[in-house]
Amino acid sequence: MTWGVITFPGSNCDRDCIHVLHEVLGERVEDVWHEARSLDGLDAVILPGGFAYGDYLRAGAVAATAPVIGAVRAFADAGRPVLGICNGFQILTETRLLAGTLLRNTTRRFRCRPVWVRVESTSTPFTAGMPRGTVLQMPIAHGEGGFYAPPDDLAALEQSGRVVFRYCDARGRVNPAVNPNGSVASIAGVANARGNVVALMPHPERASEALLGSADGRRLFESAIAWLQGRLQTGAPTILEAAR
Amino acid sequence: MATFRIVIMLKPGVLDAAGQAIERGLAALGYDAAGVRAGKVIEVTVPEAMRSKVDEMCSRFLANPLIETWRIEEVVAA
Amino acid sequence: MTHGATGAATVDAVSRFGVAPADVDDVRRRLGRDPNPIEARMFAVMWSEHCGYKHSKRVLRRLPSASPRVLSGPGENAGVLAIGQGWAVAFKIESHNHPSAVDPYNGAATGVGGIIRDVLAMGARPIALLDSLRFGTLDDARSRRLLGGVVAGIAGYGDAIGVPTVGGELLVHPRYRENPLVNVACLGLVRSDRVTTSAAAGAGNAVVYAGARTGRDGIGGAAFASTELDQAREQTDRASVQIGDPFTGKLLIEATLEALATGVVVAIQDMGAAGLTCATSEMAARGRVGMTIDLDRVPLREAGMRPEEILLSESQERMLLVVRPDGVDQVRRAYHRWGLAAEMIGTVADSPRLIARWEGRTIVDLPPEALASAPVYDPIRRAPVEDGRSPGNGPDPHVDVVGVLTRLLSHPDVASKSAIFEQYDFSVGIRTVTPPGHDAAVLRILEAPPLGVALVAEGNGRWCAADPRRGAALITLEAASNLACVGAEPIGVTDCLNFGSPERPEVFWTFREAVEGLAETCETLGVPVIGGNVSFYNEAEGGEGAPGDRAVPPTPVVAMVGLLEDVSRHGRPGFTRSGDAIVLVGGGEVSLNASLYRIVTNGEGGGFPARPDVELAMRAIRCVREGVRSGLFASVHDCSDGGLAVAAAEACIQGTIGAEIALPREAAGGSMAEAWFGEGPGRFVVSIAPSRLPELQTHAAACGTACAVIGTVGGDALSVLWRDEMGVKRYALPLDMLSAAWRSLEV
Repeated sequence: MTWGVITFPGSNCDRDCIHVLHEVLGERVEDVWHEARSLDGLDAVILPGGFAYGDYLRAGAVAATAPVIGAVRAFADAGRPVLGICNGFQILTETRLLAGTLLRNTTRRFRCRPVWVRVESTSTPFTAGMPRGTVLQMPIAHGEGGFYAPPDDLAALEQSGRVVFRYCDARGRVNPAVNPNGSVASIAGVANARGNVVALMPHPERASEALLGSADGRRLFESAIAWLQGRLQTGAPTILEAAR
Repeated sequence: MATFRIVIMLKPGVLDAAGQAIERGLAALGYDAAGVRAGKVIEVTVPEAMRSKVDEMCSRFLANPLIETWRIEEVVAA
Repeated sequence: MTHGATGAATVDAVSRFGVAPADVDDVRRRLGRDPNPIEARMFAVMWSEHCGYKHSKRVLRRLPSASPRVLSGPGENAGVLAIGQGWAVAFKIESHNHPSAVDPYNGAATGVGGIIRDVLAMGARPIALLDSLRFGTLDDARSRRLLGGVVAGIAGYGDAIGVPTVGGELLVHPRYRENPLVNVACLGLVRSDRVTTSAAAGAGNAVVYAGARTGRDGIGGAAFASTELDQAREQTDRASVQIGDPFTGKLLIEATLEALATGVVVAIQDMGAAGLTCATSEMAARGRVGMTIDLDRVPLREAGMRPEEILLSESQERMLLVVRPDGVDQVRRAYHRWGLAAEMIGTVADSPRLIARWEGRTIVDLPPEALASAPVYDPIRRAPVEDGRSPGNGPDPHVDVVGVLTRLLSHPDVASKSAIFEQYDFSVGIRTVTPPGHDAAVLRILEAPPLGVALVAEGNGRWCAADPRRGAALITLEAASNLACVGAEPIGVTDCLNFGSPERPEVFWTFREAVEGLAETCETLGVPVIGGNVSFYNEAEGGEGAPGDRAVPPTPVVAMVGLLEDVSRHGRPGFTRSGDAIVLVGGGEVSLNASLYRIVTNGEGGGFPARPDVELAMRAIRCVREGVRSGLFASVHDCSDGGLAVAAAEACIQGTIGAEIALPREAAGGSMAEAWFGEGPGRFVVSIAPSRLPELQTHAAACGTACAVIGTVGGDALSVLWRDEMGVKRYALPLDMLSAAWRSLEV
């Protein structure tokens, strides 16, 4: 499998993603420049964390106009796996490939700490390889991670199974006290209707080696690899797919 | 060329953390201010032919319609 | 050759442009004539204390700077040390004290930007930051505001540029109220055979400007850093504080590393204090060559800039490179790819003249050496008169153990700094092995497994107030002890020396003494000082009280880097298992003088701290380091502020488990307060499986250091037993109470 990791001016976590995919998981990886117009030859694409284009105007807003985004849309439309991490999540919501937006943390401070998230949907390449309810420990590091969608959109997200990760405690219990940034419904990550575009605020690439404290994050990448190799299905179609 | 000043505010109902912090800061200094909201101001100068596109610039890029509203004022030189 | 339209300036006019009156004759002598107004401004900035190191250079020569690992020592933008497998680390600390007092967010942010560029200038990718912060006590609103602003500034810049802030320290004391100290250290990684230099070379080589465009930022900022703060001027001074852009800083890192990888870059330096003037004169002087610069070719972001503004601008995020002529296009392409300006603005010449041209005329023509080598002073020093206030080390019969320990744990110097470090992205780069809160930060070297490096910054001004030499020695031993706790061997130091005005003989004496203490201890430890920074004039004009009170206490901050041969063997501070034995490793004198105990009990922190026996401390340090490396200990934590009490309490809190400790009593007549809260170097609280105790005892004996079993891990309280002539006293401190006190710091 060949992964593409997009580097925007200001991306900080691109090299980290490349390290995990290449050194830890032995995958082929290409560093994709933000001016690239094609993602041909790639099997999966990652939009990594950082401060793409300085995050001016709104986090991810300017990056959403980058030349490579056209190719990302086509890649997503073709049902190929796309993973957005942190700033990547922000960029994907600005492109409208994912619903919602990310607001400033309610603490009004940047927050770097380990969190736990619960897997809510296994209908994506990145979560098909683990049971629903799996608890993963990964670090967050963001100032604008509060997921928000207006009430109707939120209801649609929940009902269609597009919520993929929710903040929880070490035992998998969701409660406001462990919500690190004020996200509505403690949402840490979502997917598109088809389930191939997924994004989350926590950093799985920072939790892929036991030496660094947790290797739970690696399971997202391993799941996608297995899915690409045809060894996994993403389960029942979503409500929207069934409705078509 | 025409110059426009765009004022972008968060929709009511969306948490305005900055506005709240500013309100608290004013109170700490002894100023009685309520309902403080914080937004953004962007000025753009466009050729006359693009005048009708300013609203689209807002809805498509300058603002996030999910959470923001905007107001467009033309800046006319005195 | 012309002097410009206005002609040569008179002596009076020279000092009018900011050159210190004492230096004016020197300027004329070096030039062989009077400088013109632009040249005079350049001298004023380059010969300011901040850039010229006039008061400190002679004393700094005392510091040991050599070791087999040193690839680049003092005199370059950052020191570089080989770590093995063909890799090296660049390490430097800088201060940004005065700007942070005026505009805490931007002052701190540009401090981070500047130190990152110093490391980048050695060809190294910046991989870690440490912040060492000092403010007035936090019951004071101004100090709280400065702390909040500085932390936000470091976070705002460091997080966006993608370099993790992995550790640091916070100390509060009334004498930092008017003069906060913000010192930031940066570590970078570079291949040993790719370390760059700032010495320009090769007549005909191109001088290339790269990075952000030049504006009017910080005109005269370097000179500003060398004057004392005056409240009335704070408003106007604000215009002199630079504004940095971390996004541009990030682009600069990537573009510069790409440009350096082409192999066509001969020399490089960042543009910081005194901007283009400093970079050109220092690069030319170091290389013993000349440079001709065309100011018309400098990329500008503001219209109508005067040539002297271009020469002295401190716009951030800019580098100056010397490039082979056939390589200029490659370098420009590397920077342009990342959206940055890169233009050839001049050439290197054999003849050692720095020539600046503007609109077809030569407006500056002087020897670069004259600008780059400010006069070296031999300041008067005088030991301060003993003030007789030092309290004795007498017994404290009625110690409110619970109350005192709670106050110590909630004191900002000791309390958990999570309210600060959670605002910093400490894990970007996936090298950070230990989160902040360990005795030292540990980073893995991805490129050279299983190597790791550890970093720490220490600078306890309390220990230096009465005896700066002793204090500096204690600080250096403290840093080495912290590194031992994570299994790291010290390999280098960068120092940030924060003092009041060197024109006051008593202050200069403390500076010299502190450097002596640092030098002696580093020599004994075998650790070179590979570079550093001096910040003088940290005293407020016109405040209340005697001059001695208005200045900061002598504060030599020591940032030390250590090497781990196997980064997975790094130790942890918290107790882990019920039943483990608690052992005090090391010994030596402890004292309540200058201790945090005294600060929280009677508010006075004066007196002479414990006399450090460096050899004895080194033996304990070696014992602990080797014990950590061989996995002997379940936990290790060194005794520092608040002595054994705080170390034991922190080990309980971080391990979320209690302990029972019987306090060791040195001799008859020793007080409980001294045994529990006394401070002294080279002492460690370790926990170990009882079955491995004999191994530790053998190891300690072989290392020549004491080790005494003092207790057992277990329970949900810290229980302390004290036995003396008056009987046995037992104190029980519930863990949740200790934990709440320790987690009480808000920022």
